[in-house]
Amino acid sequence: MQQDVPLTWYLLLSAALFCLGIVGFLLKRNIITVFMSIELMLNAVNLSFVTFAHQWHAVKGQIFVFFVMMVAAAEAAVGLAIIIAVFRVRNTLSVDRIDLMKL
Amino acid sequence: MHLIIFIVFAGCCLAGAVNLLLQTHPINSALSLIVVMTSLAVLYLLLGAEFLAIAQIIVYAGAIMVLFVFVVMLLNAGREERTLGSRAAKMIGLPAVVVLLALFATVILHVHGFGVSSASQPITDTAELSAVLFRDLLLPFEVTSVLILIAILGAVALARLGNGDRTVSK
Repeated sequence: MQQDVPLTWYLLLSAALFCLGIVGFLLKRNIITVFMSIELMLNAVNLSFVTFAHQWHAVKGQIFVFFVMMVAAAEAAVGLAIIIAVFRVRNTLSVDRIDLMKL
Repeated sequence: MHLIIFIVFAGCCLAGAVNLLLQTHPINSALSLIVVMTSLAVLYLLLGAEFLAIAQIIVYAGAIMVLFVFVVMLLNAGREERTLGSRAAKMIGLPAVVVLLALFATVILHVHGFGVSSASQPITDTAELSAVLFRDLLLPFEVTSVLILIAILGAVALARLGNGDRTVSK
């Protein structure tokens, strides 16, 4: 099986996805979409992990991605529960109205 | 062949991510994020990580995104209102993102050693991965299960109606 795609392309795709995640985090106003942008950034980092694991034939890189997935699952569960709790108190999902701790 | 598959699914990834930013309704953003994650699973297959591709589909596109869609529907999230947002995010954040992307691209393209595949055995298979995971890294694996358990308990405690003290005292 010949690998004919340059590995730098995967890394560039990962960087582009990460930056799109940051842009979403900065610009989106719905707290759920902001949270989705965080998941997008996690996925981008996972892609670069898998790329480097492929480059150096290191199994540990893939295992790290596995642990990142597990932590992301835990994070999504707790984060969405927090969002539900916030929605119950403030009755809104807009991050502009949930700014009690903003300076 | 690899090149065509890569271009198609990398295009799907980027289109899904851009669509996530452009859509105003959270459910559309969630669906485009599912597209991104599924295409990433195909890219993992191209990189020889079969187990991670399946785990990506099951855990991310399955479990996590179902959770997201469920919460969007539970909270009846409507279109987001286009407010100005914070000015600092636009003034400092967006140029910083552009600089960051340029920095990443420069490092990836110009630093020697990136993208050069070493020439030992070509593919790490699932048996090798599971041997390392269940023999060498058994303790972190078990600790992860405890973490998941704590997350489940925390999610239930947070999302329960009212706070715990009130329900106990009643």
